[in-house]
Amino acid sequence: MTFSATNHGMRKALSVCVSACTFLCACLVLAPLGLVFVNLVQMGARSLNLAFFTNLPAGPGVAGGGMANAIAGTLILIGLASVIGIPAGVMGGVFLSEFGSSRVNWFIRFLCDILNGVPSIIWGIVINGLVVVPGVIIAGHVIIPKGFSAYAGGLALGCLMIPLVMRTTEEVLVLVPHGYREAALALGIARWRTTVHIVMQTAARGILTGILLALARVAGETAPLLFTALGDNFWNNDLTKPIAALPLQIFTYANSAYPDWHRQAWAGALVLVAFIFTLNISVRFLTRGKPVRV
Amino acid sequence: MERIQEIIPKAAPAAAPQESPAGPARNAFEITGLNVWYGQKHAVQEVSINVPERTITAIIGPSGCGKSTFLRCLNRMHELVPKSRMDGSIRFYGQDLYAPQIDPAVIRRRIGMVFQKSNPFPTMSIAENVTVGLRLNGIRNRAFLRDRMEQSLRMAALWDEVKDDLGKPGVSLSGGQQQRLCIARAIATQPEVLLMDEPASALDPIATMKVEELIHQLSRDYTIVIVTHNMQQASRVSDKTAFFYMGRLVEFSDTDLLFTRPREKQTEDYISGRFG
Repeated sequence: MTFSATNHGMRKALSVCVSACTFLCACLVLAPLGLVFVNLVQMGARSLNLAFFTNLPAGPGVAGGGMANAIAGTLILIGLASVIGIPAGVMGGVFLSEFGSSRVNWFIRFLCDILNGVPSIIWGIVINGLVVVPGVIIAGHVIIPKGFSAYAGGLALGCLMIPLVMRTTEEVLVLVPHGYREAALALGIARWRTTVHIVMQTAARGILTGILLALARVAGETAPLLFTALGDNFWNNDLTKPIAALPLQIFTYANSAYPDWHRQAWAGALVLVAFIFTLNISVRFLTRGKPVRV
Repeated sequence: MERIQEIIPKAAPAAAPQESPAGPARNAFEITGLNVWYGQKHAVQEVSINVPERTITAIIGPSGCGKSTFLRCLNRMHELVPKSRMDGSIRFYGQDLYAPQIDPAVIRRRIGMVFQKSNPFPTMSIAENVTVGLRLNGIRNRAFLRDRMEQSLRMAALWDEVKDDLGKPGVSLSGGQQQRLCIARAIATQPEVLLMDEPASALDPIATMKVEELIHQLSRDYTIVIVTHNMQQASRVSDKTAFFYMGRLVEFSDTDLLFTRPREKQTEDYISGRFG
């Protein structure tokens, strides 16, 4: 090893070369994202108008109409999914990080990772078989009647969320230094209060980030809704009835034979992507501040 | 809280130091035949020791000699380590600390702890850090919390430095200030004992001096047990010193005596710097 000038020149050239290569690779990764975005805006923006957000779908071949019900439906489904997915996911993550024994945890983590890898359509089929076909009847009370419903759709999305939220929650909780738990317990603070007020509060941003990312993920899911929420062309206030959702509406419209519906599908896709994009941006804002001190 | 006070006779009120009689001091801790294992490792072996109240007891010894483990038995913190096991008896004012009806959380409210690495809660302000032990044990009265906060910060000799920045994050303070903040946090719940696990080992000499002064001040009101691997510190601050080696208690006597006329050869070798 020498430190001569020629060596220096060589190293500099190599450095520039490798830097350029990595930069090109980065561009290659970003290019499809850019293309999708440009394409979406080009195709979708033309059909995007106020009516799109306020009107119901028009009949086949009729011009105009919108996806107001699908937008509302997607928000309702996300709400239902959150009710199931967030508490179960966060509590599961807390268990993994704070309470479980290492052997039990290994098993749960393993199952979680399998669940995360299960294709989302499987959730649609499972919920269809467990909820849509038989309905949910507990001790003679009909909780969810038979048939496609918003409840079933929300349940499918919620189940999809649980392992996602669980793993991210666990990951941010184990980053909280052990010293904080000890400090709190040494003050005579009960274990559960330590967990909620010290550990979870320290990792709150991280937990929220995980939740938002999981929401962004399920907001765009179509497959789990096909056999559960089914879709609908009208306003629906009854959660026991089929409900529209943006991804479903896009799916239906894009498969149709009408150019007007195709345009609307593009607009729907643009709105959906914009929504997910917004969620991701807010995650960036949330995590921009001070990270968990390790 | 009430339950434990029935079980354990409360020590004389800590706030009246000048009244403390010069007569024979009561023992805060009476420890007999203490053994602790971590898995296969026998970390503390057959330790018997009495810790008199309102004194500073230093525990010295080389790394891994079991001194921190011993300290953590005194407020049942060692239980948090998986696969740890102990036997022997630890009596706190006569009551068995490990009796089945005792809630470790209640014990820890009466026996506070300060750690080697200062660890103010990062999501909380200076004021919130001090009162957290009270707030999370259900005390809501704001005026009371405010008073206790100021009182604790004054006792920790930190009040003058932070009184205008009480809303700032606790972690914005310097290392030495953070450690004093942790001491303030520990005394805010008004424990009777403070256990300190190398409280100054991560601090520079000036911050160390401040913390030592503080320990000395606190000893009027509190029973203090301090673990340190700094022998000068032990000789400066403590009344009694215990020397641990390889999990065993080698010698325990008055600090002056232990450092000038040690009874055991091992103690002499250690304090004269021949090993450790």
